[in-house]
Amino acid sequence: METTVQQSITLERMVHLFESNRQVLASNDTALLSEIRDKAFILFGKLGFPDTKMEAWRHTDLKDSLERGYDYYLHPLPEEDVQKVFRCNIPHLDTAIIGQLNGWYVSKEVPLMELGNGIIMGSLAEAKKKYPALVDKYYSRATGDTAEVFTAMNTAFAQDGIFIYVPAGVKSTKPVQLINVIHHYENLFLQSRNLIVIGDNASLSLVHCDDSYNQQASFSNIVTEIFLGENAFLDHYKLQNLNNNSTLISTVYFQLEAAANLESHYLSLNGGLLRNNIRVLFNGTHGNADIYGLYLMDRRQHIDNHVFVDHASPDCTSNEIFKGILDENAHGVFNGHVLVRRNSTGTDARQTNKNILLTDTARVNSKPFLEIYNDDVKCSHGSTTGQLDSEALFYLRQRGIGEESARMLLMFAFANEIVGKIAIPQLRQRIEDMVKKRLQGELQICEQCVLHCSTPEQPVEFKIDMSKI
Amino acid sequence: MLLSIKNLHASVQGKEILNGVNLEVNRGEVHAIMGPNGTGKSTLASVIAGREVFEMTSGEILYKGKNLQKLSVEERAREGIFLGFQYPVEIPGVSITNFMRTAVNEIRKYKGLDALSASEFIKMMEEKKKLVEITSNLTNRSVNEGFSGGEKKKNEIFQMAMLEPMLAILDETDSGLDIDALRIVANGVNKLRRPDNAFVVITHYQRLLDYIIPDYVHVLFEGKIVKSGGKELALELEERGYDWIKKEQVE
Repeated sequence: METTVQQSITLERMVHLFESNRQVLASNDTALLSEIRDKAFILFGKLGFPDTKMEAWRHTDLKDSLERGYDYYLHPLPEEDVQKVFRCNIPHLDTAIIGQLNGWYVSKEVPLMELGNGIIMGSLAEAKKKYPALVDKYYSRATGDTAEVFTAMNTAFAQDGIFIYVPAGVKSTKPVQLINVIHHYENLFLQSRNLIVIGDNASLSLVHCDDSYNQQASFSNIVTEIFLGENAFLDHYKLQNLNNNSTLISTVYFQLEAAANLESHYLSLNGGLLRNNIRVLFNGTHGNADIYGLYLMDRRQHIDNHVFVDHASPDCTSNEIFKGILDENAHGVFNGHVLVRRNSTGTDARQTNKNILLTDTARVNSKPFLEIYNDDVKCSHGSTTGQLDSEALFYLRQRGIGEESARMLLMFAFANEIVGKIAIPQLRQRIEDMVKKRLQGELQICEQCVLHCSTPEQPVEFKIDMSKI
Repeated sequence: MLLSIKNLHASVQGKEILNGVNLEVNRGEVHAIMGPNGTGKSTLASVIAGREVFEMTSGEILYKGKNLQKLSVEERAREGIFLGFQYPVEIPGVSITNFMRTAVNEIRKYKGLDALSASEFIKMMEEKKKLVEITSNLTNRSVNEGFSGGEKKKNEIFQMAMLEPMLAILDETDSGLDIDALRIVANGVNKLRRPDNAFVVITHYQRLLDYIIPDYVHVLFEGKIVKSGGKELALELEERGYDWIKKEQVE
């Protein structure tokens, strides 16, 4: 049985859904995965949905999002207009593209691509059948015992998602672009699960987009586990451009073995309620994680970045820089938690959160937090929230630059610290243009814009070229 | 007459700083404004530039015959008023190239001129860099970010060369400069002097006036211009300090 009746997301509904469809949910599971699923269901039942009395959800109220009615499907919807849906294209970017529609892997003809160099990518449901030992080895290992309700619910319910495996020593030459588009004519609740394994000395560049096709409300609970082997490298981009009625809970677990290097970029350009849970575990020495975030929010949009970095091994470095511009009634939350454990000598950890509020009604709750059980560490954290610098505004205007242009230059400069860290030139150009267009939203005068977009005719949306799929 | 200030009173946060400044500047002239600290020199510069935190309480400022009070900061700039800042502002993330291209083109648009093409603009930058003897590659860097004091002031002169103002007010551009930087800044000003433009140089010291020869020297004291003279007044101030002027005022 499956529900197509629009219902709120409640514990009762989900318990009923699980109990009446356990066979369907677990149809591709190995014995181990099935066991993990059952355990997660029990944990989910114990935890229940959060409210704002819980510290981790104090500033993010999910009540309205959960109470809306949503369809939930236990199989992929027909894909009659996939061509139209995948508009996400970064011009001139030569990528391998993996499409996901409403959380389900798209290309049914080739459920799993096996490339010459040993890279496997495609549907996680298919990978469970074809590479059970490989999936068993990693699945739910990074999530561990995390008592986090959305992870538990995802583990209990997720049926499909993306699987990527880069064997040891393989350097992936092309960036992989993973695009999850939400497209449905009714409100939709979806859960998907991604598993990405990068072997020792291997490297991958991954562009992960969350996009929506229309203005229909949605609730997405997406969990991604990413394993970086010894000395592995991942250049990771999370692009979020969803409609104003969408709720996205995105949880990514990064597990880094010795000397692994992670560069992660969270670029949140639009969305109704976005919650990014970012969890980094240093499972070996000399790892490095740079995590950058940029969020541009207006109207009643809500963005919540929760970053937890677990320095569980010595001599690792982490650097978080999150920057946001909030307009109108937007609300930003930053919660950065760095844990330096007792034996983790030689730790170097930095956290920065900077916000610009453009109105009196925009809000930010920022909480950088260091928890240190060791003396031999270098740690710093800082948080600033304020308006545009009036000295700088005067300086720009004194040179003849109009006030609105001056504001835009300053906002773009603020955002560009993060955009400038994008290593893929074509992607950087694209994001630069998107940020410029997004910032113009405040001004609505494209012709007079001083920021010189390279593609002024294109509307702001992620686009994909279907011919590459 | 390019600039005519009559009985100017201005205050900041209710505190009166200028109380009756009179000043007339003609095209082709260089005026020096000197005076002890805290007498309103920078305030005068800011009020002419139109900075909103300063409130003009009475008097008038005519520039090219127009009442300046009605014009915004950027309109004044586009009309040819340039302020060389005492403390140039660091703007991380905005390159000098983008900054100047935007400024030059907004001013051109105001004058009804077409925007410069990228190649025309780059050519112009190179010429002006040469004019003000900027050898380092300042232009690809963020505006003033990480610049030394001298670099910041040279960058002000470079911007002045790019924007070709009619009235340039240099607010203590000489402060914090070594003798070489001072010479470069002064040479830049001298090269930009034309019969149709004018400079108002605010300074503490005679030193700068060895390089930029003023036509008039004014002493601003307690919010008023209390003494005006030729370039020899600057030498007298250098020799005798400001005390005798204070005494004159009391008497």
